[in-house]
Amino acid sequence: MDITELTVHELQEKIKNKELTIMQINEAYVNRIKEKEPEVQAFITELTEQGIEQAKQIQNRIDNGEKVGDLAGIPIGIKDIICTKGVKTTCASKMLEKFIAPYDATVMEKINAEEMIDLGKLNMDEFAMGGSTEYSYFKKTRNPWDLSRVPGGSSGGSAAAVSANMVPWALGTDTGGSIRQPAALCGVVGLKPTYGLVSRYGVVAFASSLDQVGVFTKDVQDCAILLNVIAGYDEKDTTSVDVGQKDYTKSLQKDIKGLKIGVPKEFYGEGINSEVKASLETAIAKYKEMGAEVEEFSLDIAKYALATYYIIACAEASSNLGRYDGIRYTYRAPEAKTLKEIYKKSRSEAFGAEVKRRIILGTYVLSSGYYDAYYKKAQQVRTLVMNEFNKAFEKYDVIVTPTSPTTAFKLGSKSNNPMEMYLADICTVSVNIAGLPGISVPCGVDSEGMPIGMQIIGNKFCEETIIKTAYAYEQETKFREKYKPTFKK
Amino acid sequence: MAREDYEVVMGLEVHAELSTKTKIFCSCPTKFGAKPNTQVCPICMAMPGTLPTLNEKVVEYAVKAGLATNCEISRNSKNDRKNYFYPDLPKAYQISQYDKPLCEHGYIEIETSKGKKKIGITRIHIEEDAGKLDHDDLSGGALVDLNRAGVPLIEIVSEPDFRSVEEVDSYLKKLKSILEYIEVSDCKMQEGSYRADVNTSIRPIGSQKLGTRTEMKNMNSFRSITRALEYEIGRQVDILDNGGTVEQETLRWDEVSGKTFSMRDKEDAQDYRYFPEPDLVAIKLSEEYIENIRKTLPEMPESRKQRYLNDYKLSEKDAGIITSSKYLSDLFEKAGEICGNYKAVNNWIISDISRILNETEMDPIEIPFDAKQLAKLVTLIDKGTISSSIGKKVLEELFENPRDPEDIIKEKGWIQISDESAIKEIVQKIIEANPQSVTDYKGGKDRALGFLVGQAMKETKGKANPQLLNKLFIEELNK
Repeated sequence: MDITELTVHELQEKIKNKELTIMQINEAYVNRIKEKEPEVQAFITELTEQGIEQAKQIQNRIDNGEKVGDLAGIPIGIKDIICTKGVKTTCASKMLEKFIAPYDATVMEKINAEEMIDLGKLNMDEFAMGGSTEYSYFKKTRNPWDLSRVPGGSSGGSAAAVSANMVPWALGTDTGGSIRQPAALCGVVGLKPTYGLVSRYGVVAFASSLDQVGVFTKDVQDCAILLNVIAGYDEKDTTSVDVGQKDYTKSLQKDIKGLKIGVPKEFYGEGINSEVKASLETAIAKYKEMGAEVEEFSLDIAKYALATYYIIACAEASSNLGRYDGIRYTYRAPEAKTLKEIYKKSRSEAFGAEVKRRIILGTYVLSSGYYDAYYKKAQQVRTLVMNEFNKAFEKYDVIVTPTSPTTAFKLGSKSNNPMEMYLADICTVSVNIAGLPGISVPCGVDSEGMPIGMQIIGNKFCEETIIKTAYAYEQETKFREKYKPTFKK
Repeated sequence: MAREDYEVVMGLEVHAELSTKTKIFCSCPTKFGAKPNTQVCPICMAMPGTLPTLNEKVVEYAVKAGLATNCEISRNSKNDRKNYFYPDLPKAYQISQYDKPLCEHGYIEIETSKGKKKIGITRIHIEEDAGKLDHDDLSGGALVDLNRAGVPLIEIVSEPDFRSVEEVDSYLKKLKSILEYIEVSDCKMQEGSYRADVNTSIRPIGSQKLGTRTEMKNMNSFRSITRALEYEIGRQVDILDNGGTVEQETLRWDEVSGKTFSMRDKEDAQDYRYFPEPDLVAIKLSEEYIENIRKTLPEMPESRKQRYLNDYKLSEKDAGIITSSKYLSDLFEKAGEICGNYKAVNNWIISDISRILNETEMDPIEIPFDAKQLAKLVTLIDKGTISSSIGKKVLEELFENPRDPEDIIKEKGWIQISDESAIKEIVQKIIEANPQSVTDYKGGKDRALGFLVGQAMKETKGKANPQLLNKLFIEELNK
């Protein structure tokens, strides 16, 4: 038995039956990290030593007959955008290379309260801006299915680490697709909850009105378990919403008879790879077979979503990233003498090209004289996008689309072409614009063996419905039993 | 053209620090004067990932200020970000309000030598204060103190309704007293918790078109505001008279040289890139909420003044001075109630206390003694224990080192001599020592009596009972 192949619910089962100890599990993962990290490059900060220490303590308590929580001692990986007290949180930027938060993000407090073991901080595109994790200041993470390809982004480290069995699950963030797209490209499950379901406190802001913390897991059941941990109103985040305590594992049901699935034709047209499209069509046929009612419809407004997204996200980012000014906890250009030099040189030297590009874009769209034409217009379109989705959800329980227009692309193939990189978000951004929940589940592989993801979109705070839809499909098709990452060189 | 040929048009932006216990977006204390960076947390230091939560007291106080200045209260308001870089602004944006302020369309009535006038209030909005830079002379660098970052402010923007410096002065004093009355700000000007930006322009009388305005920033004393505006108006008149044009610019008043200086050049013209604050939800207020705040509004200066005229028969002028400050007014009422002699309390406040406040540039709220001590002073004089001239010394002592006036006079040996035989002895001694004055008095020069009484007072260090002294001198001299 390879411990690191197991899902968390399988680990829990084996811990309960005394087939596995917390120590065995953590040692297995630490060994796996040692083995695979040199080729995958998913970690910015490894916490394996501390992890083993923590595992020992929990194991001791168990050995002494103490009762611990269901998730105590289960390893996890954390995207390096989520603040962890006493451990570096770099956002994969030179700017925050030495930043150690004196506080935990609210989601981290929840993870810690469960006594899960954080095995490390995971790589990402700098400040979550990008779709390939190539824009990390520190390293380029590889796709475990083919090491010459990207894992997607921005949460590429999280997706690759779960896919490569270096952690059983991980946290990521999703502003325009940063969980779902890398989950699709790495063949794992990725969930972006409804905006407001999970606290953003302590999560370094990229675009405040779009950012949301979510999960990467090996299967849908784990996804429900981890969502149970992180969801919930937080008084420190006034944009979080109190929808009461829910148990998402109750949605793990196979029966989807009568489920109404909407298929928006705009997501299957131009720019979508034909193999991706074919795979989705097969998945949709499967749903019909399982008793779902499928209907094609038009979500016309979606074609404006990408432009709207880049205006709003960049505008907010340009403001959110102003605090990295070389004055306090950030990088400061050593030779800067005057205040202006501190600002100019520190920001010029410590931000990468993509971050600068977005700051400039965002600053431009908020400038007087341009605000109405860009930012205000984008907000108006945003309202229209929400309205269109609202209308769709009057008819359908879920909307099914590809997660990414293509499978994982080669490293370096898009990193110098920002427009092409932005198009990688075309299937996911409208979900953020509308603040909806979306899950990506693997639904097949292309002719080169690269995984394809299916995105299931739900109405606001209807995570139960998308989890159920995803679970039913997963149980029917058993992707994980058929395909595995091959670490192809 | 002469200065009288120009009309002055001024508008004001007043910033008042709200006296909430905690900051606007985190729970750090707001106390003034703490050691640098001791009242800070990750939120007000703008560390990555932190989020603001709006202090509800701030909204309550701002609504109160709006109601007290006859504003309409917005049922649906929001916060916006004002973006700019400066080391005292850790987030590189100030959370303020842009197009949907909490309060709009109000007014307050001021009094000037030309009578009453209504000044329009354009808006009142809430925002956070920035930190402070301490320039370090040794290193030539600057140190950032973020204690003040996130202290809540209201900005009260007036209409350009001012036509004279006197109106500006009167408005600032009136507004300050209103904010003190409703207890939303302590308005301590020396601590910067009440400060004003003034926009000034001039135009030839009769002209409809506004002149180019300059903005004078962050002035925090009535005296310097008056001086600065007089200077600025004169400067603009000189420019126009010499055929020049006034530049639109931001000015800084320099108290020492008595001149204004330009703060930044046009090249640096700021574009604040305002946009709605995505980290905070909209501020929605119910009718009930607003009405409940309306019910908590206290008696305002107008009404108190009327009461003083009717109940205590104060003069219009005295009642105006006392009610201009809630602190003075409270002092008056409390001390009057304790000692029963409102008239005397009034006299102390109007004359000696006001004089000392003026001389020391002290704000009434900083008066170190309380109403009980002032009442005791009045009672001691009323009972004849001390004379009113000793009373003045006691008052000075109360400002210096406040304690029970009874203890002060005991300690200082200031108790009045009212023993007739003791005073008679002194009277006889003074008469013997000043034969010329005695002759003058007998020759019909009444002034000589004053001189003799003065000598006796000097001899007793002011402690002799003046009525008794007078009476005994007259008796002795007429013997």
